[in-house]
Amino acid sequence: MSDTTTDPGRATAPAPDARAPAIELKGISKAFGPVQANKDIAIRVMPGTIHGIIGENGAGKSTLMSILYGFYKADKGEIFINGHKTEIPDSQAAIRAGIGMVFQHFKLVENFTVLENVVLGAEEGALLRPSLAKARKLLTQLAKEYELNVDPDALIEDIGVGMQQRVEILKALYRQADILILDEPTGVLTPAEADHLFRILDNLKAEGKTIILITHKLREIMDVTDTVSVMRRGEMTATVKTAETSPEELAELMVGRKVLLRVDKKPANPGEVVLEVMNLNVTDDAGVHRLKDVSLTVRAGEILGIAGVAGNGQSELLDVLGGIDHGTGTVELNGEAIDLSGKQSDGKSRRDRGIAHVPEDRQRRGLIMDFSAWENIAFGYHDDAMYQKNVWLMDNAALKAETEAKMGRFDVRPPDPKLSAKNFSGGNQQKIVLAREIERNPDLLLIGQPTRGVDIGAIEFIHQQIVALRDQGKAILLVSVELDEIMSLSDRIAVMFDGRIMGERLPSETDEKKLGLLMAGVTEGTGGV
Amino acid sequence: MDLLTILQILDSTLRLATPLLFACLAGLFSERSGIFDIGLEGKMLIAAFFSAAFAYTTGNVWLGMLAGIAGSVALAALHGVASVTFRGNQLISGVAINFLAAGFTVLIAQNWFGQGGRTPAVAGPARFEGLNWPGALEKSEDIRNASPLMQAYSELISGHTILTYVALITVPITWYVLFRTRFGLRLRAVGENPGAVDTAGINVTSLRYIAVGIAGLLCGLAGAYLATGLAAGFGKDMTAGRGFIALAALIFAKWRPWYALFACLLFGFLQSLSLRPDAVNNLVRFEVPGQLLDALPYILTVVILAGFVGKAIPPRAGGEPYVKER
Repeated sequence: MSDTTTDPGRATAPAPDARAPAIELKGISKAFGPVQANKDIAIRVMPGTIHGIIGENGAGKSTLMSILYGFYKADKGEIFINGHKTEIPDSQAAIRAGIGMVFQHFKLVENFTVLENVVLGAEEGALLRPSLAKARKLLTQLAKEYELNVDPDALIEDIGVGMQQRVEILKALYRQADILILDEPTGVLTPAEADHLFRILDNLKAEGKTIILITHKLREIMDVTDTVSVMRRGEMTATVKTAETSPEELAELMVGRKVLLRVDKKPANPGEVVLEVMNLNVTDDAGVHRLKDVSLTVRAGEILGIAGVAGNGQSELLDVLGGIDHGTGTVELNGEAIDLSGKQSDGKSRRDRGIAHVPEDRQRRGLIMDFSAWENIAFGYHDDAMYQKNVWLMDNAALKAETEAKMGRFDVRPPDPKLSAKNFSGGNQQKIVLAREIERNPDLLLIGQPTRGVDIGAIEFIHQQIVALRDQGKAILLVSVELDEIMSLSDRIAVMFDGRIMGERLPSETDEKKLGLLMAGVTEGTGGV
Repeated sequence: MDLLTILQILDSTLRLATPLLFACLAGLFSERSGIFDIGLEGKMLIAAFFSAAFAYTTGNVWLGMLAGIAGSVALAALHGVASVTFRGNQLISGVAINFLAAGFTVLIAQNWFGQGGRTPAVAGPARFEGLNWPGALEKSEDIRNASPLMQAYSELISGHTILTYVALITVPITWYVLFRTRFGLRLRAVGENPGAVDTAGINVTSLRYIAVGIAGLLCGLAGAYLATGLAAGFGKDMTAGRGFIALAALIFAKWRPWYALFACLLFGFLQSLSLRPDAVNNLVRFEVPGQLLDALPYILTVVILAGFVGKAIPPRAGGEPYVKER
């Protein structure tokens, strides 16, 4: 860390105006080919505040921040840091200007230690030892100051995502960042970890740091920010004081119309048991025990929500029930056993039994991205008699017509059956998968991360479809890492941790805090961690 | 088998391991930076040709070596342009370099010297001579009658060309550079996660070019040693798959410098066995077909490349061009 006062563009130089914004952008525009990702953006971020930026996927938030961090060069516009006009041609320049960035997907070297990751790119000299020793000292100091405890010698691949995120923040602080940009920081965190993160951000703010928080979660914006800017279709539509706005107003600014934030649903009317899982166990190829004695039931006309931090067995549960993976134990559908060994069953035989599956990773398992919408809408059911013209040929014309009708019913935009799956937005891709699975009228719908990467407007629609299916008397098993979604959709909630069901709760009798503890493996009575 | 035979086999092990070691360390630098390099073979070959041709023409082995390095670095630069700047497929670029070198060397050799694609033999100052260490015995008669320690000193330690010693010293240097310097940290990082390096404000492109350049330099030394140290002149396809053996050694060594030394010594040892069928036959007490001995290093190469020797995890970003993402 060289003498900071010699560094141009830093806060230590007397600013022309004592209250100059930490960041001021004027007229920033950026186009990728025909797509105008940012259009004439202007924003002022005051020092020592937490400034939220909210907007739908593709609204241009990430592009704007990438310009600020020197990843892209703006076509037009000016950047002022602490009142000084600053050029940011690359990340090095951004770091020099005191900007630190915590990316949504961490930029860490997995098999390096925490210390090595912190030092990388900010070494003192040609030899490593002195840099590492110095970083170790500074890390201890930062840990004390900001509750950022991390073992400096742990390998990144051995520590959890919450810790990894702390390493990213430490990296920025080690580079003496005064302005910290966090891109969707809570997507991978448990509620407790997210709370801890927000405490850290408050500490940083108290020390005079400026924080930009990019998120799509309205609740976080309301909880931690001082000011919030809303982006829509590449434009900055509004900047308001958080205290003077409401989630409803923000949602409307984001989408451009009124949005129903709470799911509108009547109480469930559960009927017969459709799915009965008893003592289900799954061991993966590496010999790791992924599901441990999982037992649950789903009745007709109800939604069972599975809450949990990603990677605690939810994916394996969906895979086994969907016929993709195999396991041991008993699973009955409408009172009849299902083969779990994988020898007499697969995804197709599950579908034949009336189990529809909307997989968690729709781009890898739900769709073939290079295939058109009408092809994707037949997948899995392509052997069905209704799609055959004769013994040899499929009835493509009828299929296309049917696809067009389904696209209309599920509001897929653009409603063009010949368009490749990859050319639809995340929300529209999900609607294609949903149209395929729901319209086959299944008894049981397995649905994983239904709204991951989906815009608010489409979330509303997808939630309505799920509830409508429930009201038709179908059983639904919902897996989601979004606690909001679980809380608002489920009729019952089961929490998974480390391959086990930690407990079942009714949404009316629990809250996010209690569920968060269960998600972290703490059952009531054993006390906190 | 007596001590002297063993020493002689170990001696040729060292000689034969030298080009492998250079090439293997070349691959190590390149692949640690995330650029797969199956063009080691081609780079060695072109270096062998240029060093023999220039050593013969100028009568100076050092000028020959520099020419060899220049040729090899030129091909490395081509690989860099294809796989770093234009984000091409690194395997295809490597294959192209191998073919290019195989055809180019013979064509130019025929054009320059008209000896059927070879260079004339190099000798004297146009060739690397063995360095005799102080007090080392030179005549084989003297060695045979010396004490075991003296035998080992004279036969095994002394008498190699300077490049063999350079190759051996390159191993600890590589280790030090990789694990104790800023450059090494960045090089390893860029092969694992170029995104992390880029966001830390380091230029991914130049880092990878430097790594590819070092690979060119080391392959140049390997080729120069082949043509003007081990042999006396360039011959068609004289690398004989050594680039691929070095690649196998690199995987066997799990991309680590010290392991690379031992892997290359193992391959050198197998190659040296085919030079001494008498000793092998003596040891196993039946006639081993010479062809089998010749094939041994290649058989081991196939076994290693097929993954029979445990799991080797390559650098995670290896083979993938770096594209900035949002």
